[in-house]
Amino acid sequence: MLRQIEGSRAVAETVAHCRPEVVCAYPISPQTHIIEAIGAMVKEGSLAPCEFINVESEFAAMSVSIGASAAGARAYTATASQGLLFMMEAVYNAAGLGLPIVMTLANRAIGAPINIWNDHSDAMAARDTGWIQLFAETNQEACDLHILAFRLAEELSLPVMVCMDGFILTHAVEGIDVPEQSDVDSFLPVYEPRQVLDPADPISIGAMVGPEAFTEVRYLSHLRQLDALELIPTLASEFASTFGRESGGLLHTYRTDDATTIVVALGSVLGTIKDAVDRRRELGDRVGVVGITTFRPFPFDDVRDALSHAQKVIVMEKAFSVGYGGVLSADVASATHDATISLHSVVAGLGGRAITQQSIEELLDDTAHDRLRPVTFLDLDLGIVDLERARIGSVRRSGPSAENVLSDLGTVASRIG
Amino acid sequence: MSRQPVHFYQVGSFAVGNRLLDDEDRTVQSDPGRSDSLDSGHRACQGCGEALGARYALDAAMRATNGQLIAVNATGCLEVFSTPYPETSWRIAWLHSLFGNAPAVATGVAAAMKVKGLNDVRVVAQAGDGGTVDIGFGCLSGMFERNDDVLFICYDNEAYMNTGVQRSGATPPAARTATTEAVGPQPGNVFGQGKDMPRLAMAHGIPYVATATVADLHDLENKVQRAMEMHGARYLHVLVPCPLGWGSASCDTIKVARLAKETGLFPVFEAENGVVTNVSPIRHRTSVESYLSIQKRFGHLFGTPGRPDIVARIQAIADHNIAHYGLLVDEERDATLEVSA
Repeated sequence: MLRQIEGSRAVAETVAHCRPEVVCAYPISPQTHIIEAIGAMVKEGSLAPCEFINVESEFAAMSVSIGASAAGARAYTATASQGLLFMMEAVYNAAGLGLPIVMTLANRAIGAPINIWNDHSDAMAARDTGWIQLFAETNQEACDLHILAFRLAEELSLPVMVCMDGFILTHAVEGIDVPEQSDVDSFLPVYEPRQVLDPADPISIGAMVGPEAFTEVRYLSHLRQLDALELIPTLASEFASTFGRESGGLLHTYRTDDATTIVVALGSVLGTIKDAVDRRRELGDRVGVVGITTFRPFPFDDVRDALSHAQKVIVMEKAFSVGYGGVLSADVASATHDATISLHSVVAGLGGRAITQQSIEELLDDTAHDRLRPVTFLDLDLGIVDLERARIGSVRRSGPSAENVLSDLGTVASRIG
Repeated sequence: MSRQPVHFYQVGSFAVGNRLLDDEDRTVQSDPGRSDSLDSGHRACQGCGEALGARYALDAAMRATNGQLIAVNATGCLEVFSTPYPETSWRIAWLHSLFGNAPAVATGVAAAMKVKGLNDVRVVAQAGDGGTVDIGFGCLSGMFERNDDVLFICYDNEAYMNTGVQRSGATPPAARTATTEAVGPQPGNVFGQGKDMPRLAMAHGIPYVATATVADLHDLENKVQRAMEMHGARYLHVLVPCPLGWGSASCDTIKVARLAKETGLFPVFEAENGVVTNVSPIRHRTSVESYLSIQKRFGHLFGTPGRPDIVARIQAIADHNIAHYGLLVDEERDATLEVSA
């Protein structure tokens, strides 16, 4: 049943329907509404049995989740941005231990300069942790992915991170069909851990592993991620038959059948891209979209197939590796290395800067006329950049760039447009 | 804990054999049915105080919980020497996650037991001094503040031994470590630094805080037993000499630990809800020199010319502890041995 509901609230209700037994979190924008709602559900007793634990840091939040999961409880947490970085040692540890923790990442930029708005820098920082990373395009998918995440995590004994765009999704109120408890129960069985701390059958978990076995243990983690590439489509089709709608999967294509230009992206920006593509189609431009839902493990074969007929591919991403370029672009380039396509990397939406339909249409127009360069920073204000570059070149103590740029702009508020 | 002084024939060492005690007063370790939580075959150094302390503490916790125990371990010597893959010395359910998160992991385990209604399963977390007072302090303070149902045991050997004897926030003044070398006008670790972790634990108002040494293993077992009779956050700080890091003879681990207590440098006490309720008295008060001079980490304080000025500053610390905790008792009590009654 569709309800007008905030994305965070809908995710919280969905997670509650997944019957988590231990929920532990530390507040950070824009994740707060999710954990506040779950905390209230536990306190009033509508989510039971469940232990809701307020901790002193994200490092503790992930650590509590590790302990709970290793002791056989279904564990959930949520974080964003700096919080993910602060817990990073434990994020790696959870994956290394093979604990099926599910975490929502309300995607947000990473400082400095401090910025609470949306981009994908946090998720990219966790790219190599061993967590499965799923990206939600809509709030409906954000809800659905959590159910799939618990199922997937527990089948494979691997942690899963559900990435949803901070504010753009978490704080958006829209019509969402929060999955019914009975449907969730039929899709998600009771958690049966592969390894558990049990005084009746004591085992040691977390031994030191030296060169004699470390490669094999790590390779097993890799294989489990690759297993996920097989399992995710299966679960998606099972999900569709249980819930009556498509969600999850490895990737989604939109108008790609005859497309010569395809835009690849992650997350909520796909909606805007589709609008822009529809507009360009009206003008006769053969463009399409590939939205990647499963970013880790990376679905190389599916990406290659989806892009096989394209002549030009634009990877639009809300993060980049400083001194290198696009992160997703590198993955797409790797997947299509044997194809004769022209690949363009477009870095957009950093720190919450709006990615407008108009900017995307202009981008597609540039592409159609072979004006798009290999790497583009969308809507970059080069005038401001040049001012600061000139200052750095002329004065030794030129001061902090972030403050200088704000001063040049003549505003202290975040510019999102 | 109520204690009834029991008089025994003086045996000189102040140790008393289990055979002199009633069955119920004998150590857990003397029981053939002990759990051997930390079994033989591990890779600890000869004379390791931590291995000794952990074995007694965990076996006592196992008895107190009727075997319903899960242990969480921080990274460190105890973790490394006990679980070289694929071997393990642990005969109890045991989890190692990271260096700085053992208190939080233990909170998670305890939460899992609570949510599953397994109320008889109890949780112990353990770490060295680095994993307690330094890198684990944030998580430990959080666990204390929430009063989670976890007994946290710190095995304090006063430096980062696993990485090669570097200074920690528990390293005593003047001690030589690899990062506080015995050079310059003020050799060794500086004065006026370091954390008094038991008092920090007490300041959280948690139900139980106690200190112990491996010189009095009966006392250590009693304190574990006492801790497991309670719920909520509990803290046990055990002084465990490290022959390698302290430069003491492997055969002197117990002696060194005893001298730490008898000099007053390491007060042995219990506290409940932030108030000291019991102190273990000094039996033969002795100068700090007797303790310091048998450890190479303090070797730069002795010989010719030596640093009597620094030794005097350390003696002042011991004197302060003795006065602060009231560690000296009258002659009659001094001649008794106390056991738990």
